[in-house]
Amino acid sequence: MNQLTPSLGGNGVVIKVGELAVKLQTIDAEYCQTLRNHYDGFVEAAEHAEFDFNIELTDSRTNNPDDDVKVTRRSTLWSFGRGDFQAEWNMASNRGSIRQSANLYSIDAALRIFHTVMLATRGGFLLHAASAIRNGKAFLFTGPSGAGKTTIASLAPADATLLTDEVSYVRKQSEGYTAFGTPFAGELAKAGENVSAPISCLYLLTQGPANRIEPLGASDAVRAVLRNILFFAEDPELVRSVFQSACQLVSCVPVCRLTFLPDSRVWESIG
Amino acid sequence: MSQNLYVARSSAVAARKLGGEMMIMSGRDSTLFTLDEVATIIWESANGLVTLDEIVESRICAEFDVDPASAARDAKTLAEALAQHGILLISREPILDSNARIGSAK
Repeated sequence: MNQLTPSLGGNGVVIKVGELAVKLQTIDAEYCQTLRNHYDGFVEAAEHAEFDFNIELTDSRTNNPDDDVKVTRRSTLWSFGRGDFQAEWNMASNRGSIRQSANLYSIDAALRIFHTVMLATRGGFLLHAASAIRNGKAFLFTGPSGAGKTTIASLAPADATLLTDEVSYVRKQSEGYTAFGTPFAGELAKAGENVSAPISCLYLLTQGPANRIEPLGASDAVRAVLRNILFFAEDPELVRSVFQSACQLVSCVPVCRLTFLPDSRVWESIG
Repeated sequence: MSQNLYVARSSAVAARKLGGEMMIMSGRDSTLFTLDEVATIIWESANGLVTLDEIVESRICAEFDVDPASAARDAKTLAEALAQHGILLISREPILDSNARIGSAK
């Protein structure tokens, strides 16, 4: 298990999701403690992380978090932001900064976006999907808002370990694809468990009158995956990388349409 | 006829054949295209050094029971549509650099 009280000096906290450790530093001790509490379970005791961000807290709370996300790269410098925060990250030094007010919504979005970029360079992606581990295998449940991700996560049996109800972390490893737990929660407002397992199946969710599982053809599966990948970067090279990752996932992980009645019996055929 | 237009795959896209379908994603705007069988033949043959007419004659007419003149017309229309989406390059000269400016030569 992770150590809950890290030994990091100063007002810093290392948050490790899916093998990527990100150090967040701020001069505000109270906000730092808020981060530790919020990302509990994903906080690492390490002094050094692969990536280092300095959070510059501002007083402004008026900027709109509903503005579009914009992610661009100029040489080695990435810029990403939304109405409520602006971040920069230099991929040569692995250092960056995030300018935002002292809230969790902005830092959570900044971390998600950062992971979308990093994962794209490493053969993975964040997927708009719930995921859980059962019998040592990970199962992903994707679909647009309202498809039932939170519902199926909340119906998971006691022997299932919830990785997330909202944003699944998918990464290629030597023997296929692995799903990692994330602190990026949806309607359940509860972080996933910080564990991982090889992905056994990806389900495209639809609610219907009866439980039914139908395999999807390769091209339909790729379309389903691509529709639900979180990716914002205006970067042709990374767009191509994400496309190839989606195709690669579909070629080695079964993708099925799962039509389900919203009750716990749906889990009888999963795992 | 297509007036000896040379065609080349754009390097600004990512392509993958899955389940018999060619899927292509534009790196510019993330648009996803799925090519049918004939479009896939044109795409796969478009190396910048052969003309559309040669592709029609050697591949499409050889594999499908089609009228050569109709096939050439349809291929030109298709190639121009692919070019408009930025996934194919068209030129009256051989295309040696698939990073060249994307466009159509009517």
